Amino acid sequence: MSMAPTLLSVEGLTKSYGGVHAMRGVSFELRAGEILALIGPNGAGKSTCFNVLNGQIIPDSGRVRLLGEETTGKKPRAIWRMGVGRTFQITATFPTMTVRENVQVALVSHGRQLFNLWASTANQARDEAGRLLDLVGMGAYAERPCGELAYGDLKRLELAIALANQPKLLLMDEPTAGMAPRERIELMRLTARIAREQSIGVLFTEHDMDVVFEHSDRILVLNRGTLIAEGSPQEVRGNAQVRAIYLGDGLLYDARHREGASA
Amino acid sequence: MAFYVVQFLTGLASAAALFLVASGLSIIFGVTRIVNFAHGAFYMLGAYVAFTLTERFSGALGFWGGIVVAALVVAAVGVLVEMVLLRRIYHAPELFQLLATFGLTLMVEDLVVLIWGPDDLVGRRAPGFRGAIDFFGQNVPSYDLFLIALGPVVLGVLWLLFQRTRWGILVRAATQDRDMVAALGVNQKWLFTSVFALGVFLAALGGALQIPRDAVNHAMDLRVIVEVFVVVVIGGLGSIIGAFVAAVLVSELNAFGILIFPKISIILVFLVMAVVLIVRPWGLFGKPEAPARRTPGLTVNPWRPLTSNERLAAIAALIVAAALPFFAGNYALTVGSEIAIFVIFAASLHFLMSVGGLASFGHAAYFGLGAYGVALLAKLAGLPMIACLLLGPLLGLAGAAVFGFFAVQLSGVYFAMLTLAFAQIVWSIAFQWVSVTGGDNGILGVWPSSWAASPSHFYWLSLGIAALAVVILRIIVFSPFGFALRATRDSPLRSEAIGINGKRIQWTAFVIAGTVAGLAGALFAYLKGSVFPDNMGISLSVDALVMVLLGGVETVSGAVIGAIVYKALNIWLISKTDLSKLVLGAFVVLIVVAFPKGIVGTLETILYRRRKSTSSPSPILTSRIETAE
Repeated sequence: MSMAPTLLSVEGLTKSYGGVHAMRGVSFELRAGEILALIGPNGAGKSTCFNVLNGQIIPDSGRVRLLGEETTGKKPRAIWRMGVGRTFQITATFPTMTVRENVQVALVSHGRQLFNLWASTANQARDEAGRLLDLVGMGAYAERPCGELAYGDLKRLELAIALANQPKLLLMDEPTAGMAPRERIELMRLTARIAREQSIGVLFTEHDMDVVFEHSDRILVLNRGTLIAEGSPQEVRGNAQVRAIYLGDGLLYDARHREGASA
Repeated sequence: MAFYVVQFLTGLASAAALFLVASGLSIIFGVTRIVNFAHGAFYMLGAYVAFTLTERFSGALGFWGGIVVAALVVAAVGVLVEMVLLRRIYHAPELFQLLATFGLTLMVEDLVVLIWGPDDLVGRRAPGFRGAIDFFGQNVPSYDLFLIALGPVVLGVLWLLFQRTRWGILVRAATQDRDMVAALGVNQKWLFTSVFALGVFLAALGGALQIPRDAVNHAMDLRVIVEVFVVVVIGGLGSIIGAFVAAVLVSELNAFGILIFPKISIILVFLVMAVVLIVRPWGLFGKPEAPARRTPGLTVNPWRPLTSNERLAAIAALIVAAALPFFAGNYALTVGSEIAIFVIFAASLHFLMSVGGLASFGHAAYFGLGAYGVALLAKLAGLPMIACLLLGPLLGLAGAAVFGFFAVQLSGVYFAMLTLAFAQIVWSIAFQWVSVTGGDNGILGVWPSSWAASPSHFYWLSLGIAALAVVILRIIVFSPFGFALRATRDSPLRSEAIGINGKRIQWTAFVIAGTVAGLAGALFAYLKGSVFPDNMGISLSVDALVMVLLGGVETVSGAVIGAIVYKALNIWLISKTDLSKLVLGAFVVLIVVAFPKGIVGTLETILYRRRKSTSSPSPILTSRIETAE
């Protein structure tokens, strides 16, 4: 794992809105195949960080590089073309299309066929879309209108869309928010499996600490725009400052974990 | 020097009325999120009612009493409209709100003629402001000075109202988050009604105050609403200060534009608007737009290419239509050609609206440009018909490329306002540039070549091109480009995140739609043998919108059916009544409120439900149009 090349390198990101410092000198690295969680209380700067990586916000200073290539200042669509897939906190899909068509559009874009006025989209990357849907367990829903899907299924569809450009990096903003506990575990297991198999780096934010400690290789803790801790789940859980600011004493987690272990 | 100062003062005086109307529009939009297209109609009503009150009842009310009572009377009409109509459509997609208020405008135009007659009415001078003041040898009407002072006074009163009263605070709160205000127990119905009343009062006051300056006529609504749209686009919708600054700016540009480009003074305003849009797309004092409400939302049956049976049915229908010349007379064939041409026109707008989610309120501009393109090529260059038909629509393409570039920078109501303003600009160029376009007299004698001259041949030509255009547009709908366009409409966030350059996709769609509309216009020029500025007028743009709506905005090619039904009805109606605008306007309002899915959309929903009847019906299929609570 430690031999994997550095995929994403973030150096000294700073962003302020008026007098509010959303990020102050945030730096970290992410390796291929690594699952990195970004946690912190509300207003810590997680979303700002995500939106900078994704290209929706331009930072005041600092730089982001993907495999050595600078992405800072590029538009989201350009960053996507460099191999960054993204899912949103509130799902963003195409409700008037079928599930399969949602993935097909992403594949068509990846194949640079967007200005093709003549071909029939139905035949474009149909099997590839089916394969991606099977991968996330949505194969049976391929012909359903996307607007009729349950929320958990939409999250899985988003994952399939995000995988369409064979990304090197996946950005997932609260991937399990609004899902039932069982769905959360399933989705994150799926994500972890895909990341390992395809050697994709994953950066995700999450408020559910079960999900975070279970599925991340490493955790970054952000508070008021500054990274206050970084390390393995065990290290972060033991960090007194993190406990004080964000996790609390973690009694519930420990209790549940012990129960689960003994069962 | 004195001349320029006087010109400047005249501009300031014109700004007063513009500011009153624009601020009313902004206040209503801020709270209800409805862009009230009927605002120009209320302005016009204000002028007409004030005329009657100051002429007939000046003894009881006096001049100034008449002005204020006129504005109050029109505000009461506004309250009625709000309670009867708008309350039913507050949660409807914004396209429907725009259309319903547009329908109202059409109705008012005919009602005004019905009540006050078609002639211009010249009102009396304001007592105390009858004379003019000498300014270094130039005359400045003293009433202008009164208007110049009035603008800042109204601005101040509105500021006090919104900052210092409980009602004003509620309005500001509702402007920021109306759901939160409702959750706090504020009676939203009353708040919306009162805001609408204030907005209409301001518009009517603006109109009433015009009677000492200008003759009252039944075209003043569209003239003012286009200027007001330009004002709110520049100033920023929802900002009263923005409305004031932009009203002054636009009025001054008009006042001095006449000196620089006497023929086409509106060009200067357009240039300024273009610059503002590039630098600050949400206007000088506006805030970036919240994501627009999704225009689709009435049905969720995914679009499918025709099945082989449906394709056979379409071909059979085409064959039946092609057989018309064997049993119909020349008049029927001319009507048939016209319907075929409007099928092309409606299909082009439908492509932009349903696939792109871009409701253009000025699509006739590109229809008209195609017509003028043909007329100029045929008359000036003397090209043969085939060459004209191929090259003429390129003028529509060029116009769509220029205006579309700016229009797609915006979305939703801004897009609608901007496309309408562009269409008015194109119309006024055709109207004013007499040396090239012939102005109001148009260009006559555009006749088809002999091979297409007979009614049956021309009918087959139109029918063939219409079929071809509809097929090509359908192919584009299901092409990767069509999906990219739908993706941009469905979720700008997601489409950007999968590498789609939404603006460029939409711009391309705008150019495609403009070119096809230009093709329709080119054929129309040959059908009529002439072109006039009205070929790019607002009523034609509205016709196209109604055809799309009637067919069903969420269908793939409902506009074809919409165009056939509407055009046939329209031609029949014009032969039956003089009040076609009144009937048409009422028709538009009725469709929006009672029949929002259109003919094809309703049929599709019935079929879709039947197909799905084995599984439980989805709640999403039920209509989302609700009344405001």
